[in-house]
Amino acid sequence: MNRKADVVVIGGGPAGLAAALQADAAGASVLVLERDKEPGGILQQCIHNGFGLHYFGEELTGPEYAGRFIDRVKQTGIEILTDTMVLEFTADRRVLAVSAEHGLLEIEAGAIVLAMGCRERTRGALSIPGTRPAGVFTAGCAQRLTNMEGYMPGRQVVILGSGDIGLIMARRMTWEGAKVMAVCELMPYSSGLNRNIVQCLVDNDIPLKFNHTVVRIHGRERVEAVTISEVDVKTKRPIPGTEETIPCDTLLLSVGLLPENELSIAAGVEMDSVTSGAVVDEERQTSIPGVFACGNVLHVHDLVDNVSHEAELAGRSAAAFAKHPAPAARAHRVIAEGGVRYAVPQMLSDKAEGKIDLYFRVGDVYRGAALLVKSGERTLLRRKKPIMTPGEMEKVTVDVTGLTDDVHLSIETEG
Amino acid sequence: MTKEMICISCPMGCMLTVVQEADGEVRVTGNTCKRGETYGRQEMTCPMRVVTSLVRLEGGVRPVCSCKTRQPIPKAKIPQALEEIAAQLKRAPLRRGDVVIADVAGTGVDVIATSDIAAR
Repeated sequence: MNRKADVVVIGGGPAGLAAALQADAAGASVLVLERDKEPGGILQQCIHNGFGLHYFGEELTGPEYAGRFIDRVKQTGIEILTDTMVLEFTADRRVLAVSAEHGLLEIEAGAIVLAMGCRERTRGALSIPGTRPAGVFTAGCAQRLTNMEGYMPGRQVVILGSGDIGLIMARRMTWEGAKVMAVCELMPYSSGLNRNIVQCLVDNDIPLKFNHTVVRIHGRERVEAVTISEVDVKTKRPIPGTEETIPCDTLLLSVGLLPENELSIAAGVEMDSVTSGAVVDEERQTSIPGVFACGNVLHVHDLVDNVSHEAELAGRSAAAFAKHPAPAARAHRVIAEGGVRYAVPQMLSDKAEGKIDLYFRVGDVYRGAALLVKSGERTLLRRKKPIMTPGEMEKVTVDVTGLTDDVHLSIETEG
Repeated sequence: MTKEMICISCPMGCMLTVVQEADGEVRVTGNTCKRGETYGRQEMTCPMRVVTSLVRLEGGVRPVCSCKTRQPIPKAKIPQALEEIAAQLKRAPLRRGDVVIADVAGTGVDVIATSDIAAR
């Protein structure tokens, strides 16, 4: 089947839905392609609350946050094809997808919004020695089994990694009657939110072991125990003699998220090696004209509220491009350096002017340091921050009118 | 009574020391702002939490439906609330906002559905 749409959105999670709504509001015909049975993405399994404080001004659970967007979409002419998997898209904006209901779909798009989200790093990415028994899950997989499919993944649990999903699952499994023995974190700090450390671990007397990792998994058919060990703070190597074997039937991994960019890479989109997402300009346009990216496929966010805002920008930009396909030329780079790990957008187009939000992450914990944004000799912003941590995405707003040089972000620590 | 706690009002995560005297007077130290004091006081006197969980479902497209307490409830009431939620068996469809349990654990707070689950 051949089809056409002004804006084709790949992915029907929070990013895809917010982008679709804005593109629709701008007068574009919008088609959303979603591989799951329903829209809403990963929010559907995030049944805890804490979503939406910035966007809606109240605390919602994941399904409620998604539900509000789905309700809005239903009041528009936006079409969502579920159970539909995109196989590829091309630089001339043809999208090839497949679904059981519609067979092979070839869609001619005025503009494309990439909103595929991210996936979890798995055991394979960690190379933990030991046997290969059942009972090793990524935290998000256990979350889906528990919260959507109604299965209990295990009864006695060790969690590796203190990312937010791991922390949330520590509480979830405890509340479902499991015993969570420990959460091990390789780093000397958690990448999760303080709130989750307190309300998920401290509230339930679950120990959080910094500078610890899992060095062996035991068990033939099913996990029977894991051996954990303290690691050297600098080398991250296990310290001999610090091993401790904890009996358990389940190991959950919460060890990072990776933007799901196979489609983007195959299409030839220029990628950022730090974010593992596309290089975009202030409109969230990638290196391929008419192809935009937003949400966790662009860079992994902490808060869905930021995803929604970013996706709305991408949706508006995509609708504008579909109406007037005028590729913007890239004028200046936005360069992260001196303690700043990455910044999005990575580029400013020749159309960039006025106030622009720059999102960034730092590579270490900084207290009382300042963020410096410079372009040539011009200081665009110097903002003192009480604390910046790798786990919290930061945002600053700068005026980029009349720039003549690249923009540099760096951390200024007081000497 | 003295409690050490991490303030969760912002990413700073100040380490608070909260002291409650015999006459009930609460003192908070270690905070760098007013929000820390409010948080410490609340956590010492009556910590409150929104409880999110699952209710079992018959005849739905999924076997469970997510739910939450409409407002925060006292932390001490969480185990009883979880027990009452686990004892429920509802019939699909459920719609966001539907009351699953009225007045859970004697808190005066309702548990409501947070997902839309259609009937099978």
